[in-house]
Amino acid sequence: MLQLISLLVENKPGALMRITGVLSARGYNIESLTVARTIDPTLSRMTIVVDIEPQLRSQVIKQMNKLVNVLQASDLTDSPAVKREMALLRVRAPLASRTAILKEAEIFGARVVDSSTEGFALEATGDSEKLDEFIDVMRSYGEIEVTRSGAIAVSLEAKKLRLAPPIPRNAALDESDEKLETRL
Amino acid sequence: MSTNPAHRTSGVAESKLMSGSQILLECLVRENVDCIFGYPGGVTLPLYDALYDHPMRHILVRHEQNAAFAAEGFARSTGRVGVCCATSGPGATNLVTGLVDAMMDSIPIVAITGQVTSKLIGSDAFQEADTFGITRSCTKHNFLVKTVAELPQAIHEAFYIASSGRPGPVLVDIPKDVFQAQAHYTPVSSIHLPGYKVFTEGHTGQIRRAAQVIWESRRPLVYAGGGIIAAGASEELRELVELIDAPAVTTLMGLGGLASDHPNYISMPGMHGSYAANMGMTHADLLIALGVRFDDRVTGRLAAFAPHAKVIHVDIDPAEIGKNRAADLPIVGDVKRVLEKLIKVLQETAPGSREQNLEARADWRKQIRDWKAEHPLTPEVSTTEIKPQHVMREIDRLSGGRAIVTSDVGQHQMWAAQFIRFNSPRLWLNSGGLGSMGFGLPSAIGAQFARPDKLVFAVVGDGGFQMSIPELATIVNHALPIKIVILNNGYLGMIRQWQELFYNNRLSQAELTSFPDAEKLAAAYGFKGRTIEGVHQLAPALEEAVREPGPYLLNVRVSPFENVYPMVPAGGAINEMVLGAPQPVEA
Repeated sequence: MLQLISLLVENKPGALMRITGVLSARGYNIESLTVARTIDPTLSRMTIVVDIEPQLRSQVIKQMNKLVNVLQASDLTDSPAVKREMALLRVRAPLASRTAILKEAEIFGARVVDSSTEGFALEATGDSEKLDEFIDVMRSYGEIEVTRSGAIAVSLEAKKLRLAPPIPRNAALDESDEKLETRL
Repeated sequence: MSTNPAHRTSGVAESKLMSGSQILLECLVRENVDCIFGYPGGVTLPLYDALYDHPMRHILVRHEQNAAFAAEGFARSTGRVGVCCATSGPGATNLVTGLVDAMMDSIPIVAITGQVTSKLIGSDAFQEADTFGITRSCTKHNFLVKTVAELPQAIHEAFYIASSGRPGPVLVDIPKDVFQAQAHYTPVSSIHLPGYKVFTEGHTGQIRRAAQVIWESRRPLVYAGGGIIAAGASEELRELVELIDAPAVTTLMGLGGLASDHPNYISMPGMHGSYAANMGMTHADLLIALGVRFDDRVTGRLAAFAPHAKVIHVDIDPAEIGKNRAADLPIVGDVKRVLEKLIKVLQETAPGSREQNLEARADWRKQIRDWKAEHPLTPEVSTTEIKPQHVMREIDRLSGGRAIVTSDVGQHQMWAAQFIRFNSPRLWLNSGGLGSMGFGLPSAIGAQFARPDKLVFAVVGDGGFQMSIPELATIVNHALPIKIVILNNGYLGMIRQWQELFYNNRLSQAELTSFPDAEKLAAAYGFKGRTIEGVHQLAPALEEAVREPGPYLLNVRVSPFENVYPMVPAGGAINEMVLGAPQPVEA
């Protein structure tokens, strides 16, 4: 079963590598991964969908929480959360089926973002299953090309975010030269 | 503590123009570093130029891997952060084994590596390697410092991360131009790592529940590990053990956490643990697991491990709780703080609770004593050849539980752990988790620098010794009085043992021939050494080695086909021990 992990991480080089490293070291394949800055530009929100054996899930979350760059990693698989994905889809279709495509797009709540004599470019959002269906339907009209964003999710529960306070560094700084000398 | 006469920080409150190299050294001094183990290279030339007239002590090793091991030896023997330094590319990749070693055993070290000039990063420049990427998984955290402005912060963060929480290795990769850059240096007054969480205190409610579970138990056993050493909690451990009068085992990483001479002490448990320790684990109704990670070498087949026991698991790393064995009562915290609190609760509750199960507990202690008597851990001794266990007994006699003993990896490591007593922490230094051959000699170098007052034995096999021979030069350079004792059986002993027991004695690539003449080898480096073969030579030779004011290389020819027992075959339950060879087979 797929697991949905949401992480709040420092927006720093290497942070992504550390997090995916926890997964790749155990041979897990990532189904999808999205990252973007939060309103605080020093932080990023990451959503990962990955297939992990049920008994190892909490271990993986703990290992992610241990990373210095990770402020919070949480498992949203079974907790109240809204999950969405976006697909951009180009469909080549003969003039005859254009009206039908637009009807179908309307049913799925998709928007036309480009239109040409070749066909349409459409934008759809929803949960992954809905997008699967939408893509299937569009395929029946002609040749398609699809890019999916991967899932993003937001928890519906307020999760307490515990941040470490600044640490004075260090005792030696306040000491005089002589004290340092005698210790060395 | 070092011999450096005038170790000066710039002592500036106002900012001062300094080079990146000078800033790095300044930060190291402020982190109380007085000794770096390293090896220079192209991109660290600016750093080594700054070191030229800086009072910081730099120990030139002969291979970067040994710089990391020496830094570990320094850290393991003191609890202070060990520092090693290497150049870019091959220098950095040579550190990797030491970094993983420190990671596995939770040892605080900081590695400084040079990197090619920032403009060249990613261009396959000469001696370029992606050190930041390579060491991501072998460090607790790592840094690539891209500007000199970030340098002080990175160094102080590195030391804080290495030494706090569950300790571990941290690497700081510094490009050559950052070493060279001039910048106004102002001391760092605070660091901020919002995502770095350290849990020290332990949950009060859980601690109270633990006390109750302890009083309710009939067959409690204390199972203490490397966390006790890391936390400096041996005093608290002793208090706990005495307060509840429970038998105790310490793991390979925890040896010395409770004095080997303590009446409640059993021995090391696990694959080569004693009969009493493993039977104790198997029959206990409560395991008080302190700073341990239920390693497979301790538990054997997990499903059959301590089947009757409730588990109280105290660890500073939340990811260790329930990783291998589910904990009935997890307590996340610094084991020293948690034990302090637990002891207090136990003392408060003792009057009403101590009396329950008094008889059952007395029976349990008697049972442990009976198991000890039934199959005691006694060293093999022969009149015709030197048994390796006999060597350990003699080292133990000379040490009296007080010397620092480093070991390599393999049979001799297990015998040393079985037969040498350690009456205080930070005396037994070995590569427990990673099992890195070649660890013994360089870690002894680090330990001897850190503890010049201590008698240091490097107990090594003929295999591991030959991985670290170059460091004999470092030992001689600094006249380190390390006593190197080679348990020379002419084989990779543990490999041979497994091949004998599990591969029909097909000894594939296990024999080590052409070992050099030890006396000549030592003489070539300019110190004393000898080879002994006769049993009667053993004690006097070891005494001579200890009397010698400088280093000594003692090559002991031991019986080649000795096996380490007791032994739990891989995948077996720990109470299914093979206690010894069926019958001594005469050829």
